[in-house]
Amino acid sequence: MSLPIAATDVAVMWDHLYWFLVWLSVFFFVLVVGTMIYFVIKYRHQKKQKPVFITGNHTLEVIWSIVPLLLVLIVFVWGYVVYRKMIHAPPNSLEVRVIGKQWLWQFQYEDGKTTVNELFVPVNQPVKLIMSSEDVIHSFFVPDFRVKQDVVPGMYTSIWFEPTVPGRHQIFCAEYCGTSHSQMLADLYVLSEGDWAQWKAGKKLNLKTSRISMSNVPSPTLAEQGKKLMLQKGCVACHSDDGSPRPGPTYKNLFNSKVELANGQVVIADENYLRESIETPQAKLVKGFGPLMPTFRGIVSEEEINAIIAYIKSLK
Amino acid sequence: MSDTQTMHYLNQTTGIWSWLKTLDHKRIGLMYLFTVLIFFLVGGVFALLIRWNLFYPNHGFVEANTYNKFFTYHGAIMVFLVIIPAIPATLGNFMLPLLVGAKDVAFPRLNLFSYYLFVLGALIALASLFFGGADTGWTFYTPYSIRASSSMIFVVLGAFVAGFSSILTALNFIITIHKLRAPGLTLGRLPLFCWAVYATSIIQILATPVLAITLLLLVFEQVFKIGIFDPKLGGDAVLFQHFFWFYSHPAVYIMILPAMGVISEVVPVFSRKPIFGYKAIAMSSFGIALVAFIVWGHHLFVSGQSELANFIFSLLTMSVAVPTGVKVFSWLATMYKGSIHFNAPFLYVLGFLELFSIGGLTGVFLATLALDVHLTDTYFVVAHFHFVMVGGAIMGFFSGLHYWYPKICGKMYSEKSALIAFVLIIIGFNVTFFPQFILGAQGMPRRYWTYLPEFTLLNQISTVGSWMLGIGFVYVVYYLLRDLKKGEKATANPWRALTLEWQTTSPPPTENFVKTPVVTEWPYEYRE
Repeated sequence: MSLPIAATDVAVMWDHLYWFLVWLSVFFFVLVVGTMIYFVIKYRHQKKQKPVFITGNHTLEVIWSIVPLLLVLIVFVWGYVVYRKMIHAPPNSLEVRVIGKQWLWQFQYEDGKTTVNELFVPVNQPVKLIMSSEDVIHSFFVPDFRVKQDVVPGMYTSIWFEPTVPGRHQIFCAEYCGTSHSQMLADLYVLSEGDWAQWKAGKKLNLKTSRISMSNVPSPTLAEQGKKLMLQKGCVACHSDDGSPRPGPTYKNLFNSKVELANGQVVIADENYLRESIETPQAKLVKGFGPLMPTFRGIVSEEEINAIIAYIKSLK
Repeated sequence: MSDTQTMHYLNQTTGIWSWLKTLDHKRIGLMYLFTVLIFFLVGGVFALLIRWNLFYPNHGFVEANTYNKFFTYHGAIMVFLVIIPAIPATLGNFMLPLLVGAKDVAFPRLNLFSYYLFVLGALIALASLFFGGADTGWTFYTPYSIRASSSMIFVVLGAFVAGFSSILTALNFIITIHKLRAPGLTLGRLPLFCWAVYATSIIQILATPVLAITLLLLVFEQVFKIGIFDPKLGGDAVLFQHFFWFYSHPAVYIMILPAMGVISEVVPVFSRKPIFGYKAIAMSSFGIALVAFIVWGHHLFVSGQSELANFIFSLLTMSVAVPTGVKVFSWLATMYKGSIHFNAPFLYVLGFLELFSIGGLTGVFLATLALDVHLTDTYFVVAHFHFVMVGGAIMGFFSGLHYWYPKICGKMYSEKSALIAFVLIIIGFNVTFFPQFILGAQGMPRRYWTYLPEFTLLNQISTVGSWMLGIGFVYVVYYLLRDLKKGEKATANPWRALTLEWQTTSPPPTENFVKTPVVTEWPYEYRE
């Protein structure tokens, strides 16, 4: 049952739990099948041997109900502890936005770079991927990190990891998405500190398998792209970025703040809230504002929503 | 020659219409059996084509779109047209009235209607093949299925119609068990197969309507664009998965519980000993049926479901281990100090225990939150559910088929042929599916038309196994048909069993018993 290399600390924890359960399963398999084989040989039909009339034994029945229950509860707790580590990204994580499309992976970096089917991240630094899909459900799967998360149209999901092993790691699409599902593969490059600095500066990396060649032309950052989009799409007519009053709520200090809605509910203005407010503005109307905004579903693309949200995040 | 002397359900009336219009539960059971075996063959051919395409990476035996249809039809046929009806509709139909000492099921006409509904549903589903074929996978996940070819609608409507057959059959069984038991057959003396069918029927009645509504909504979504599941129309893509698994997880227990019921009958008969822990086994069927309804979310651990929901569903899923363990340990304890006879029904019990243990234990891996994140949607899951569905449900089905073969057709099957087939199936099965656990742990995702070169060897082993498995299954069907003519004549009770079906002739007369049987003791009173 060999596993892929464990290229994060979480993956190492995952492996411990996995092997514990493998051996526990081997024990129970031998217990059940071993007992079975022993019984059918020992008690095979023979003239001299008469079957004994037994209809049950309460003590035994209680034991074999409770012991497995206790063991699976231990496994459950252990599994949950590791799972919590898998899903809660440290606050200082580097953020990369991922868009799944039939049948490729697109990556948007904070500094404005965009890559297709190749993701570049630094070693020993937590990375959080904020993912969405342009069409159907995909699933972002990196076996070396033991992480997987469905990428769902109409919402953001996220995944994080802190890679410890530089080099290339395989990315698969794990949720069936049509014709070329099995070819929706991508490469994840974990770069050493030096390479990461080169990549950030836009210099070409000396990676044998990579197809990417970088140019030195500085591109606008993702947030800058978002600011430009706000002008183009007309958002600024109703939303200010400096707190001044307009027909719609301001973007200033909006991200991760508590927002009181017209119906009295209080929500956190996280990525999924911002996305919903762009696509379905009336779904969570902010208290004190009228239902004026039209839907922008289909008018802004996945990439553009990502840029707009990056801009709102920068206004803290 | 004996056929001309004694009248029984097979020769009392003759001609094709006497079958197509029959109200006899035994004949209806046989028609189901015939139909299910044909679909088993068709689904099996799809399986072999899938495995052959995976013999090499980039094999290109068929193109990706065709391959995607192969696994869609393999899954849909095997789930909806084979494993779900396999035991309840065939052996259940045939045996339940006999086991409770009744002349027939409570509503024979409804029973025949259910059969035709099932056939109609199957034909509608397969009609999709003439409209380009569906490629959504048997799970029909949105929004992919909404955008897919409209032939998906046929498969969905077919499953919808077949679902009603399943509901009506379940209704019939529950009422039969309540109202038509022979004098003296108290609930405490009810054979365990009946308890298992009862628990299964409850799930079928409660869960299948949810599937029906969900599938109908899916059709509405595609045709009328109502915007329930499609995010482009303001719908929720993951909602479909909740609806779908709210039925389809219980469906897993619809498949496995009747098989467990068969095992509970076969073990005591061939161990010549009472069943160990009758009450616990009967109750554990209901425990499983109850838990079946509250664990569907374990299919959605990486779907974007909340952490709290994942926590609860993982915890609840773990509880399945208890009733399942109770059954397995009780069967083992039944063998203890018995006098074991290695006839084919018992061989399949051994097969069941080996394969189902692996299927059940790997289920714990998938119920464990962290482990599921890496293993879900890989070949590990494919291997797991084949060990449970084939290793559990089909082993139970084959055990029951051999056990009741003499009663059904009045002939004995050949033990020698049965042993050869059993060995082929067990080895073939393990060779096919065990490597898939390793493939999955290494990260090979499921529903892949091609794969990375490092997965080649294990895929080839798996494909070779599928050939053995295929030969084994075909051989079973072959000798069971052959022995209809060539088999030795069966006595009324060749296994010396105590349940009521063995107290009438083989094959039974049209109304099962010449005189209504009176039950005076427990069906597992084996004292030798």
